[in-house]
Amino acid sequence: MISMRPVLRASGLCKTFGSEAALVRAVDGVDLDVATGETVAIMGPSGCGKSTLLHLLGGLERPSAGEIELAGKPVTDSSERALAHLRRSAVGFVFQGFYLMDELTAIENVELPGLLAGRSPRAARARARELLEQVGRADRAEFLPSALSGGQRQRVAIARALINRPMIVLADEPTGNLDSTATVEVLRLFEALHESGQTLVIVTHEQRVAATADRLISMRDGVFVDEMRMTGGSRGDLGQLIGLGGE
Amino acid sequence: MKGQVVLVSRLAARDLRRRPVESLMVLLVIAAAATTLTVAFALSGVTNQPYQQTRLATAGPDVIAVEGGGGGRGPAQPVSSAQLAATVASLTTAPGVTAHSGPYPTSLSVIRFRGHTVDVVAEGRDRAPASVDQPKVTQGGWIRPGAVVIERGFADALGVHVGDNVRLGGRSFRVAGIAVTAAVPPYPSSLCHIVCSFPVPRGSFGVPNMGLVWLTRSAVAGFAGSGSNIGYLLNLKLANPAQAPAFAAQHPGTFTWQSIQSAINALIGIEQVALAFGGWLIGLLALAGLGVLVGRRMTEQSKRVGLLKAVGATPMTVAGVLLFEHIALALAAATVGLVAGSLIAPLLTGTGAGLVGAPGAPSISVSTVIIIAVIALAVATVSSLVPAIRAARTSTVSALADAPRVPRRRPMLTAVSARLPVPLLLALRQLSRRPRRALLNAISIAVTVTGIVAILANYAHISSANLTISNLKVDRLNELTAIITVMLIILAAVNTTFIAWATAADGRFSSALERALGATAGQVTAGLSMAALLPALPGAIIGIPLGIEVYHLLGSGTPLTVPPAWQLAGVFLSTLLAVTVLTAIPSRLSARRPPARILQTE
Repeated sequence: MISMRPVLRASGLCKTFGSEAALVRAVDGVDLDVATGETVAIMGPSGCGKSTLLHLLGGLERPSAGEIELAGKPVTDSSERALAHLRRSAVGFVFQGFYLMDELTAIENVELPGLLAGRSPRAARARARELLEQVGRADRAEFLPSALSGGQRQRVAIARALINRPMIVLADEPTGNLDSTATVEVLRLFEALHESGQTLVIVTHEQRVAATADRLISMRDGVFVDEMRMTGGSRGDLGQLIGLGGE
Repeated sequence: MKGQVVLVSRLAARDLRRRPVESLMVLLVIAAAATTLTVAFALSGVTNQPYQQTRLATAGPDVIAVEGGGGGRGPAQPVSSAQLAATVASLTTAPGVTAHSGPYPTSLSVIRFRGHTVDVVAEGRDRAPASVDQPKVTQGGWIRPGAVVIERGFADALGVHVGDNVRLGGRSFRVAGIAVTAAVPPYPSSLCHIVCSFPVPRGSFGVPNMGLVWLTRSAVAGFAGSGSNIGYLLNLKLANPAQAPAFAAQHPGTFTWQSIQSAINALIGIEQVALAFGGWLIGLLALAGLGVLVGRRMTEQSKRVGLLKAVGATPMTVAGVLLFEHIALALAAATVGLVAGSLIAPLLTGTGAGLVGAPGAPSISVSTVIIIAVIALAVATVSSLVPAIRAARTSTVSALADAPRVPRRRPMLTAVSARLPVPLLLALRQLSRRPRRALLNAISIAVTVTGIVAILANYAHISSANLTISNLKVDRLNELTAIITVMLIILAAVNTTFIAWATAADGRFSSALERALGATAGQVTAGLSMAALLPALPGAIIGIPLGIEVYHLLGSGTPLTVPPAWQLAGVFLSTLLAVTVLTAIPSRLSARRPPARILQTE
């Protein structure tokens, strides 16, 4: 499933906040290639810069230095408008806090990026329904987020990230707010996405999530300190170990 | 108990200092309304001092009798000498009459000066001073053959000075002097008791637009071409001036000094109506602005409420802190408004040129102070009570978690917005999250447009009157309405900007999320602007008929006046343009922040 062609390439990526004595190097010279269909897990303690890196990769934040290419196209110097188009068409985000609109039902939340991308309401709704079925939550389509459990909310958020068929899904601590059962549910979903050839970059500090990846990168103080290619990912022994292999 | 009060006041003071800009805005909004209301109330207490001073300086009559020209008792009739003598004898010997002057002949004529042609009442006088109603010359000298003395209000409006030559009844007269009198209300007030019996055209306010001049008796006799164009004025002094109305009731064709005073006060009365109207409009605007302001502060203070409750504060203490802050601000604003109002009021209560003496400071009575303070407190209490109670009732844990209130779901609006372009989609969803704020925005715009349209209706009414010369009443009304317009526009601009800022600030998370999901910064900015523009639209539409109707109701007796269509269209479009411009800045500033940082910090 993994192609050698990188869908995402970052080189010399830096992000600093503040200045002089208060200068913080959140991301400090990161190089990263993500191949199409690959699942990359970035691990590290809180505050090591992994969320900032994810925001840089997804065009939510501009780097202080370095280059990012998505599907071979440089995006670092793109206009805000071009970055927005990129986010809507090529990138899907999954956040730790789900970030669903409280006043919208599950299906309305899922279809929102589709509407923002200019899809017709009918097409956006049909695709949203299809995705909710895919994540196993079609029965909760008309529920408000407040009526959903954490795991269900995250499934809805994942469906939302997929609505515009993004090249890459960037997940920021997707299980950070979930209990064990919900975590396994979400991991299974990521596994299914991985199986379908979806490229994933998951930022986490949880071993179980990292164990499902093709590649595990450790990050500390804004730099990559270790990289490990995993054999088998969620389909291998590690997957069995965390309860995914039994399916 | 004392400890509680100290704690509440200390916490409130700290919070006010922590948010100086918002505290200042609350203060300004209430102070603007309090200032306008203070001026309105102060004008209602304007003393009759100038008229009394003029009466004293001119030996003003208590009763004025008009004979001939109808005298208010029917159509114009020539008066015979015998008839006049009988009337004079009857009135001057009536019980209570202590002195008199006249009868003085009066005639209608036309004055021409530097292109102006205005009707005048010419009163024939003796060169010797009269014991009753001797006009006080303020410039130049008294009448002499070939010379005219002009009533000061009229001279000012006409722009005539001592030494100028004017044409009266086809003859040239030199202006000998300018004088004031207490026997007629100064120009442009009504001279109806003298002239209404003559067949003269009625002006814009339902009375003839005429000035008063004094000439020698022979000159006036020369104007009276026919017998019907001459009447006589007889000035009477009573032993008890307060009995003048009773005397007038017994003697038809007589008028009292009290009626003249009322006519003078009517000039100020129009200002009072305009100011009271403006004051209430501005008060409503202040209420709308405060509603948003206080609601916003409550949202921001959710975590603080949690902290207070976590350390043992009772719901009463929490509500007390929030209320105390706004009450302190309201009292400070009321003080500012009272001071500003008492400084502005004298500028608006100049009595004009027609009377002598200073008008005296408009009285800021104890009741005015109490009313303004109560209104300011009511505004602050009403706008902070509900959020204060809500804040006090919030559970400590959810307040500490700073969990946002779940907005009410509006499925219809959501479904409709899905079919619209992205900026409109975002705007409608933004509105659905804060419907009350949208309502306040609409009210704010409706109130402003109502005020402006009412003022335009006033201008339209005045211009339809085709005034030939400057009119004091009109000039003062124009000045006042201009001040009210400026205040309305400033307050509405502050409200609109603030509402846009609050909407952008409260919606920063959803906006950041929308951007993360693919909306451009431009679409988010346009969405926020439209969220302000959409409620402004019905507000502006409703404000137009409301303004016309309000002017019709206030100007009792005036016909329904509709300003020209281009002006109404101008107000409508300018309002929408102003809202767009004012909201674009906070919306754009808000959309400039990288969404990642907002998502991370929320």
